[in-house]
Amino acid sequence: MKIIQLSVFAENKPGHIVAPCRLLAAAGVNIRALCLADTQRFGILRIIVRDWRAAAKLLEEAGFLVKPTEVLAIEVPDRPGGLARVLEALEGTSINIEYMYAFPFGRGEKAVLIFRFNDPDAALEKLQSAGIGMLAREELWE
Amino acid sequence: MPKVVESVFQPASALDYLPRPELERLQLHRLRAVVKRAWDQVPLFRSRMEGRGLVPEDIRSLGDVSALAFTVKADLRDTYPFGLFASPMQDIVRLHASSGTTGKPIVVAYTRADLEVWSSVMVRSFAACGLHHGDIVQNAYGYGLFTGGLGAHYGAESLGATVIPISGGNTDRQIMVMSDFKVTAVCCTPSYFLHLVDRASELGVDLRKLPVRAGVFGAEPWTEAMRRHIEEAAGIKAFDIYGLSEIIGPGVAIECERQDGLHIFEDHFYPEIVDPETGQNLPEGEEGELVLTTLSKQAMPLIRYRTRDITALVPGACACGRTLRRMRRIGRRSDDMLIVRGVNVFPSQIETVLLEFEGTLPHYQIILTREHGLDQMEIQVEVTAHMFSDTVGALESLQDKLAEAMERVLQIRVQIVLVEPRTLQRSEGKARRVVDRRLS
Repeated sequence: MKIIQLSVFAENKPGHIVAPCRLLAAAGVNIRALCLADTQRFGILRIIVRDWRAAAKLLEEAGFLVKPTEVLAIEVPDRPGGLARVLEALEGTSINIEYMYAFPFGRGEKAVLIFRFNDPDAALEKLQSAGIGMLAREELWE
Repeated sequence: MPKVVESVFQPASALDYLPRPELERLQLHRLRAVVKRAWDQVPLFRSRMEGRGLVPEDIRSLGDVSALAFTVKADLRDTYPFGLFASPMQDIVRLHASSGTTGKPIVVAYTRADLEVWSSVMVRSFAACGLHHGDIVQNAYGYGLFTGGLGAHYGAESLGATVIPISGGNTDRQIMVMSDFKVTAVCCTPSYFLHLVDRASELGVDLRKLPVRAGVFGAEPWTEAMRRHIEEAAGIKAFDIYGLSEIIGPGVAIECERQDGLHIFEDHFYPEIVDPETGQNLPEGEEGELVLTTLSKQAMPLIRYRTRDITALVPGACACGRTLRRMRRIGRRSDDMLIVRGVNVFPSQIETVLLEFEGTLPHYQIILTREHGLDQMEIQVEVTAHMFSDTVGALESLQDKLAEAMERVLQIRVQIVLVEPRTLQRSEGKARRVVDRRLS
């Protein structure tokens, strides 16, 4: 399932990640998943929230640079081979992973993988035909 | 101020179109008078002329001006606050002061007649930009000791325009006023107008749909690329106005509708171009430092003032019909020039690269440091929505490409650092482009 993730630009300096988080906290926005990509000088904070439009508006109004990005949320069993099976479904294609992150889900028996592919539509089709479970948007919030 | 009414319906001045011989006669007459005044009233000028064995009567032609000594900014500091005044204090009706880069400001003075001259050159400036009676002018130059605010204010009033003395700052209110008051022209620094353009787009206000049609921008150097961007983004014609407090303030020179050089109001300001190193006069068309002599200033005449601005006089007549000579827009100042590892670097070169890359001019700052005796140059660039990518690779590649392009143009290694929006210091007036920490 395609979902929208928000990416926020942050300098790689003490205190630069807390500001957007504090803002979302004050507005009662819960962050379901988060990943921080960092370089020596800057980082990109990637977050998944329920109402991304409201969160993006909030962050932008506070002066943050925010980019909504389409990512795929994939549900896998939380056991050895869960991720490998997904990646195998894409072997031999030109589909490339730009980045990914994962978090445990439900009562510990499942995990959610968040993928950013260079070609999300092709990846979605390939994964679906391999019988990989996609997570519906609403399920993320159960 | 009875003079104000008189000039209301005179959109352009005949003085802009004087036949050259007539203009030069007027210039010589005024030059001799101002040199005499300086000699009589200002000890510094007198002692410098005496040092060269000159008396005022030695000035017999316009060319003789080059026999006189230069005046430099340090002279204004050394005689702080009133040492170069040529009128008694009771005849001086206004003082302004410019922000010196260090220590004491420099102080400039105006008699009533000086203020009238100032207003008249501003009226001629606005007229050259196509403004007239009935225009609504938002004056976002800072009001106060800075000459920009009051200079543009009285000029626009004398033109017969409706003036909104909003001064600098409070950008959201500037945009509201521009829209609600049906403003047709804006005066401010080009960097502040860029900031207005950015903010308007954030607020969802399309400046192109507003009645505003002209911008009169000055007080700092800007590039042709920046002009194109402003004109495109705001749907206006952007005119370059030139001036400096020491000479009078804004209104020394102005672009006309041809936007091909700035006409100097030569009946009041006598221009020369000199080699900034040797001080030798350069032939017309060659680039060098602009030197100005005030021809009609009473309170504070300046003889051969070194402006530090680098330009060239444009040979030939302008298609607009004005006989006033033109100078090229100021791309740089001789003291803007940075020497980094022995290489001359101008902020305008950096702006050109950024504009070519992004199509818009992001806010940037140059940070100079010294490590192990070697100059390091870092350019901090505020990331814009257009630049921002969700992947680290794309941002790093942008950094690399910018650094490569900078190195090609500047011939030195440059570190590009992407920073968060609105984190670089900006004044509401002039942008602070360079932070030099090499000597601290």
